[in-house]
Amino acid sequence: MKYIDEFRDGATARRVAGAIAAEAEPDHHYHLMEFCGGHTHAIYRYGVQDLLPPQVRMIHGPGCPVCVLPVGRLDMALSLASRPEVILCSYGDMLRVPGSGGRSLLKARGEGADVRMVYSAADALELARRHPERQVVFFAIGFETTTPPTAVAIRQAHSEDLENFSVLCNHVLTPAAVANILDSPAAREIGSVPIDGFLGPAHVSIVIGTHAYERFAEGYRKPVVISGFEPLDVMQSILMLIRQLNEGRAEVENQYTRAVTRLGNVKAQDLCAEIFEPRSEFEWRGLGVVPDSALQIRKEFGRFDAERRFDLTYAPVGDNRACECGSILRGVLEPTDCKLFGTACTPETPMGSCMVSSEGACAAYYQYGRFRQPVKSATA
Amino acid sequence: MLDDQQALIDLDGVQKEISLELLDDVAVGDYVVVHVGYALGRLDPEEAERTLALLGEAGLEAAR
Repeated sequence: MKYIDEFRDGATARRVAGAIAAEAEPDHHYHLMEFCGGHTHAIYRYGVQDLLPPQVRMIHGPGCPVCVLPVGRLDMALSLASRPEVILCSYGDMLRVPGSGGRSLLKARGEGADVRMVYSAADALELARRHPERQVVFFAIGFETTTPPTAVAIRQAHSEDLENFSVLCNHVLTPAAVANILDSPAAREIGSVPIDGFLGPAHVSIVIGTHAYERFAEGYRKPVVISGFEPLDVMQSILMLIRQLNEGRAEVENQYTRAVTRLGNVKAQDLCAEIFEPRSEFEWRGLGVVPDSALQIRKEFGRFDAERRFDLTYAPVGDNRACECGSILRGVLEPTDCKLFGTACTPETPMGSCMVSSEGACAAYYQYGRFRQPVKSATA
Repeated sequence: MLDDQQALIDLDGVQKEISLELLDDVAVGDYVVVHVGYALGRLDPEEAERTLALLGEAGLEAAR
């Protein structure tokens, strides 16, 4: 496909790898966090890590919406699904994540709940139009990419006076999570992983623009390069980060210029601001409670807020003790450090959220990286 | 282009109906970045060419 295949060319990738190897100083370390799960997936799918010299290490960030949703929020959706009048719908991966007692929305469906998979928020709206006798709840998750479509659906429901549609809103904010990783002493101390620079997300940045990251370059002196999702984009962005670090620069640079601008998609931002407002605090799996890191539906649109309509309250629930998703999401542990990885926990029978979503680090390791270490040592 | 700010896109041979509600002034033939059924942004062909050219240069520098 045009604008995709050119950015996957293996020969060019090897040449860029040569440039990275030549420019990365042998006695430096380059710990680069790719925030977004889309990048984690690309790095493993295309074997980018194997093209990097040992001093360049990619640390996987928390940018996987399915992964960071805490069990307590999923339990809210499970309790809604158990009500006979409710049709609960969400994106596919969300249905497979285990909640309290290992119960997922798919299991709830097996027990008779009306749970449906949708491709977009518009599909959920259409379900509400077709089933006026039922309460249709859209279990909305995601970063700044899925938030604008949810806003469109709520505005549409408002203009149609749709009485039986509501949203259980779990939309979260990328810059708040980046700031948390840089600020939190826990995240810094536990694994003592110093992060030297960030690979910024592709699609999220189309919406929020590069200016949203300027405070990290200025305030924290960490270089940020916004990167496209294809393997050559990722490699070029890594090279750009290495050059910034070598030259002592900390700037926001944009590798994904074909889609990302400084200001982003202002129309989408305005619409989100009309429908949503910041939530004072929100719990993230792995990061804990992060202030101002999520959105809630404004009072004016409160009738479409499932938390108000069904009088739901959030109760935090601990993760499965053996599951290391939390530490993996902070970049402190790697999936292979978890004793459940690949044994009790696989994509077919996931124990933790990082194994469910294809953007999760565990799923990426399992699909593409499981046999990497042995192969490497055999060729060494 | 379809009614109600909808459009038909070609995804490597697969036809899919998507929404243009988050993006103004899209014309037939444009490339857009689609996420959960909505066009989030436009793809700029000139910038894509420029990035590819830069990628080519990175390779040359290493070869020198």
